[in-house]
Amino acid sequence: MAKVLVKGNEAIAQAAINAGCMCYFGYPITPQSEIGEYMGAHLPEMGRTFITAESELASINMVIGAGTTGTKAMTSSSSCGIALMQEAISAMCCAEVPGVIVSVMRGGPGLGNIAPAQNDYFQAVKGGGNGDYKTIVLSPSTVQEAIDLTYRAFHIAIKYRNPVMLLADGILGQMMEPAEFGEYPFDDPDTSSWALNGADNRPARNIVSLHMPEGAMEQLTDRLFEKYEQIAKEETTSESFMIDDAKLVLTAFGSVGRIAKAAAIKARENGMKVGVFRPVTLFPFPDKDLHEVAKKADMILDLEMNKGQMLLDVRSAVFGACPVEFFGRTAGGLLTPDLIYQKIEEVYKKIETKTKAGVV
Amino acid sequence: METLVYKRPESLLKDGQFTFCPGCGHGVVLRIIAELIDEYNLKKDTIAISSVGCSIFLEKFFDLDVAGASHGRSPCVATGVKRCKPDKFVFTYQGDGDAATIGFNETIHTACRGEHITTIMINNTNFGMTGGQASATTLVGQVTTTTPKGRKPELTGYPLHAAEIIAGCEGTAYAARVAITTSKNIRQAKEAIRKAFEAQIKGLGYGFVEVLAACPTNWHMKPIEAVKHIDNIIEQVHPLGVFKDVSAQETK
Repeated sequence: MAKVLVKGNEAIAQAAINAGCMCYFGYPITPQSEIGEYMGAHLPEMGRTFITAESELASINMVIGAGTTGTKAMTSSSSCGIALMQEAISAMCCAEVPGVIVSVMRGGPGLGNIAPAQNDYFQAVKGGGNGDYKTIVLSPSTVQEAIDLTYRAFHIAIKYRNPVMLLADGILGQMMEPAEFGEYPFDDPDTSSWALNGADNRPARNIVSLHMPEGAMEQLTDRLFEKYEQIAKEETTSESFMIDDAKLVLTAFGSVGRIAKAAAIKARENGMKVGVFRPVTLFPFPDKDLHEVAKKADMILDLEMNKGQMLLDVRSAVFGACPVEFFGRTAGGLLTPDLIYQKIEEVYKKIETKTKAGVV
Repeated sequence: METLVYKRPESLLKDGQFTFCPGCGHGVVLRIIAELIDEYNLKKDTIAISSVGCSIFLEKFFDLDVAGASHGRSPCVATGVKRCKPDKFVFTYQGDGDAATIGFNETIHTACRGEHITTIMINNTNFGMTGGQASATTLVGQVTTTTPKGRKPELTGYPLHAAEIIAGCEGTAYAARVAITTSKNIRQAKEAIRKAFEAQIKGLGYGFVEVLAACPTNWHMKPIEAVKHIDNIIEQVHPLGVFKDVSAQETK
């Protein structure tokens, strides 16, 4: 299939349709409203379901209803809207309900602004919902990757019976670039062993998130965490760019991962050995791979459009193997290749100073 | 020849035991629902949506598929199920705290969309499971744990009349308020729930039945006093009646 020029938000919507998304439930919010508009224009004429829900509380709970029947469903929102969904995302993890949530981050906290930002890493990866649970989080850095990861999100949501969040930002959502819509590449597992469709000649089933008997909730959580370990083994994904001989490794996710590459290329042109490590799955976080990278590097510079959120996972993965520096701007402050390059020059001097002093 | 006149509905679990307080109305309504699901042979096609409150443990009583919902969101879960499985029978079972307080926005919008689902809302004018706090439907003057001197309108406003408001939504096919205080009105309650179920089965729209039910524990009354309290006091504020019936309008 030929490449087409497509906007990030619309690419995600079309990819969801290609992935077999039968229902979209959403509530408008900038900078992701094109997803709902695209779905509203296409799903009904395909005989699929589109509802503008009364709130994000409603839309995510409609996704739960669809998910309990084993049907592929999606919602999308941004920052404050995603905040309203947290109770339901926790419930989905507990009751093992599949569903896809697209989060196109804007500036915060509060209503913040509508500028691109990455300040909802914690919200997505650590979760604002209650209890011990994990949402699978996929982080695209290009429109092409947004398409591919949307496909993957639908597949692994059903495969693991867990919510999957596609964590994009306003840059990616609003940006147009050439991309290719390949065919949906996955064979999805059969859902008939657990989906609700009426107790017809079989015992009744329930999909609920309340487990009151003594010990039941701990037992369930232990099983869920075994599942999360399985997910970590099978799904952890990262991209390494010019990393083999890198003294300074930039860590960044999403759009910043892409911008960091441009800065690394410029640094290489100027004689600095710089590479980029970009987590593609934020949960599961590629901590083992990053630790190996850190062992070979002299320093890590973590770059984010927030005040240092993934930074905690980076430090945890590095675990003292090398120093970790941070550079970030937030709430609409963009990290340009030039800004990143200036920071690279600054921290690279520290590496060289230490090398001369025989510290490293 | 012996004639069997009373048996346990097939849609109730054979070993399921109601765990409600003495004199509570939930058991009566759950049995009515089970009888109707049997009568319409819907067991194999039903997905029940539970809610939060004393209405939560549907899977412990019904031999039916059950999806759980967060507090106030069962109409949304029901919407998701029904849109995916339009040939299935989907109902929500909620209390006044769930459907009329935290989730009234969802209830109204489900009605306005005319979703082909049915809601049974037990109204006992308080949050029963958490120990009897005031809800949206609490009567003026009613003593609860959060209104120890009685609900005062100047502080907490007036009771919400759910069935009447839902009847005002265009997508509603049937809306009624019933009681289960006498044999007669238990039969009438069953007929109302039947009508609300039929509204879904016939594809007419949203069905909503509000059932006034006793909560003797939190009202601090004996069961018999609680029943009289509904007939004598609560029905003055939340009157019984059919507020909308699209099928009746069609036959006129």
